[in-house]
Amino acid sequence: MIEIKGLTKKYGSFVALDHFELSIGDGVVCGFVGANGAGKSTIFSILATLLSPTAGDATIHGKSVTRDPAEIRKVIGYMPDFFGVYDQLKADEYLDFYGASYGIPAEKRKVLIPELLELVNLTDKRYEYVDLLSRGMKQRLCLARSLIHDPKVLILDEPASGLDPRARVEMRDILKHLKSMGKTILISSHILPELSEMCDEIVVIDRGKLIAHGHVESIQAQLQGDKRIKVKVVDQLDAARAFFEEDPFISGIELQEDKKEISFTYKGSDEEQVELLRKALLSNIPVYSLNVEEKDLEDVFMAITKGAYE
Amino acid sequence: MHQRFSNPVLMKELKLRFRAFKSFSGLMFYLILLFIFVGGFLSVYTQFTGTGFFRPSESFIMFSVISVLQMALVMFITPGLTAGAISSEREKQTLNILLTTTQSSTQIIIGKLLSSIAFLILLLIAGLPLYSIVFLFGGVSPTQLITIFLFYLLTVIAIGSIGIMFSTITKKTIVSMIATYGAMIFLGAVTAFFFFVGFSLDRIPGGMPTTPIGGPTPSSPITFFWAAINPGALMLTILFPEMGNELANLTNISFPNWIVYLIFYSLITVICLFIAIRKLRANMRHNR
Ligand SMILES: Nc1ncnc2c1ncn2[C@@H]1O[C@H](COP(=O)(O)OP(=O)(O)OP(=O)(O)O)[C@@H](O)[C@H]1O
Ligand SMILES: [Mg+2]
Repeated sequence: MIEIKGLTKKYGSFVALDHFELSIGDGVVCGFVGANGAGKSTIFSILATLLSPTAGDATIHGKSVTRDPAEIRKVIGYMPDFFGVYDQLKADEYLDFYGASYGIPAEKRKVLIPELLELVNLTDKRYEYVDLLSRGMKQRLCLARSLIHDPKVLILDEPASGLDPRARVEMRDILKHLKSMGKTILISSHILPELSEMCDEIVVIDRGKLIAHGHVESIQAQLQGDKRIKVKVVDQLDAARAFFEEDPFISGIELQEDKKEISFTYKGSDEEQVELLRKALLSNIPVYSLNVEEKDLEDVFMAITKGAYE
Repeated sequence: MHQRFSNPVLMKELKLRFRAFKSFSGLMFYLILLFIFVGGFLSVYTQFTGTGFFRPSESFIMFSVISVLQMALVMFITPGLTAGAISSEREKQTLNILLTTTQSSTQIIIGKLLSSIAFLILLLIAGLPLYSIVFLFGGVSPTQLITIFLFYLLTVIAIGSIGIMFSTITKKTIVSMIATYGAMIFLGAVTAFFFFVGFSLDRIPGGMPTTPIGGPTPSSPITFFWAAINPGALMLTILFPEMGNELANLTNISFPNWIVYLIFYSLITVICLFIAIRKLRANMRHNR
């Protein structure tokens, strides 16, 4: 259980985090969404005991990040948004160093390191110097590193940034695997379709404030304003148009003659929508399909963050 | 139990340091410099005396030259080895990750310090064959050699701690380097300057000579202090105990200067390490 209570971080007079309240259950994969500078990395740094908040506190498994950071470090695996690697160190030595840093005995590290490299698909890079690995490989190695002490909670700040599509799919598979192991995962990303597929919950942040928190679908619904409906007819496009134009809930009609398709913004309720369809059929409009356009997270993101750029 | 004493940072740094070509070339450079100085000294000295031979008293002079030279070299190298210890990790963006591990701040700082000192000890040991020449001709006691090595160690640890402290509290390695070299030059040279200034001022007390020329001058603890914390002065008083007596005469303080040195440099070490450990996780309120 991760609980964030009244978390506030100020840089001078600039408020990067503003009385942030959140609680995340065990074993949940929670995606953090927000524009650049929204405060995602700030929250993650505080949870990772790297930054102390100006006010408020957060607890992980009941331990406070400000009062008991040493205990927190045992249970979290942290992957920063930007990180470097030591040169002159090979991949297995890199993991070995961090293993030792968590007090894992040498014999256990010997067993663990090949397993972790296997997990992130870097077995063949075991004896390569880490600074010579590609960015995506470094990223996966860093993920392996964050797992070395078998933490219950993973805090991953944009783990998929800079990865090619294949590597991103691989990263997602690794994360799914970690989820199946029962780990709680906090992850921030700008690539939203990725989050929606992988996460149980989504947290939306804007300018240091919590905008929304909930299941992926409910967030989408919550943030969806007007819905856009697309109707296909077999023929009589003009008649259909004339019919829909009369409905008070309908605006912004667009016609696509070649596809025999009409789309419009609909403000009515679901019941009113049923009524609309019934009336259309009774008026002999040959509707053969009606669908509500799904807004994906991308649109949601754009809608939420519009304010930040104005 | 084993974990308490193992230090991952130390082990890793040692591995990296001895793997890097830089360290090897650094060691070579150090030895070459030392040999050039000693060789130069030998040739100049034998030319001067015109005998071409080397007597025990002369080998003692050479021992002194090597000792002071090594002290100077080591003092120059220490800031370079320690002033980037933390700040370079910050610059390479490896520090964040290191700080989220369960290692304590104390462990990290001590690991950094020890790994730099280990390399300096290696340098000093590599210079040992030079001393064998001196021993061959006699004139130096092993006690003197050991005392001098212990004071090397103390000086290196103190300056190393200053370097680590600056490296922790400054963001940029370059700033930390400048500050550490500044501190080193202060201890090595500015103290000598202050001593001479203080000494001259003590000699002319208000223009009214209260003491006959050549007699004991008014005691000046501050002047004595400047001399006592100067590494060069310490070397000379260890090598030539008469010089210690001379200092006592000059300042009217017969307290052994090496004790002042020991206390002062130990204090520097403790204070600097304390600050470094405190400031390593400066963004956190609770840290050790
Ligand atoms: N050390 C600092 N001093 C001053 N302001 C800072 C500092 N660190 C962060 N900020 C500010 O805090 C705000 C939040 O930054 P943060 O890095 O948390 O954003 P983010 O959501 O992670 O953005 P991104 O998507 O670009 O990674 C930003 O406006 C940033 O300018
Ligand atoms: Mg960020």
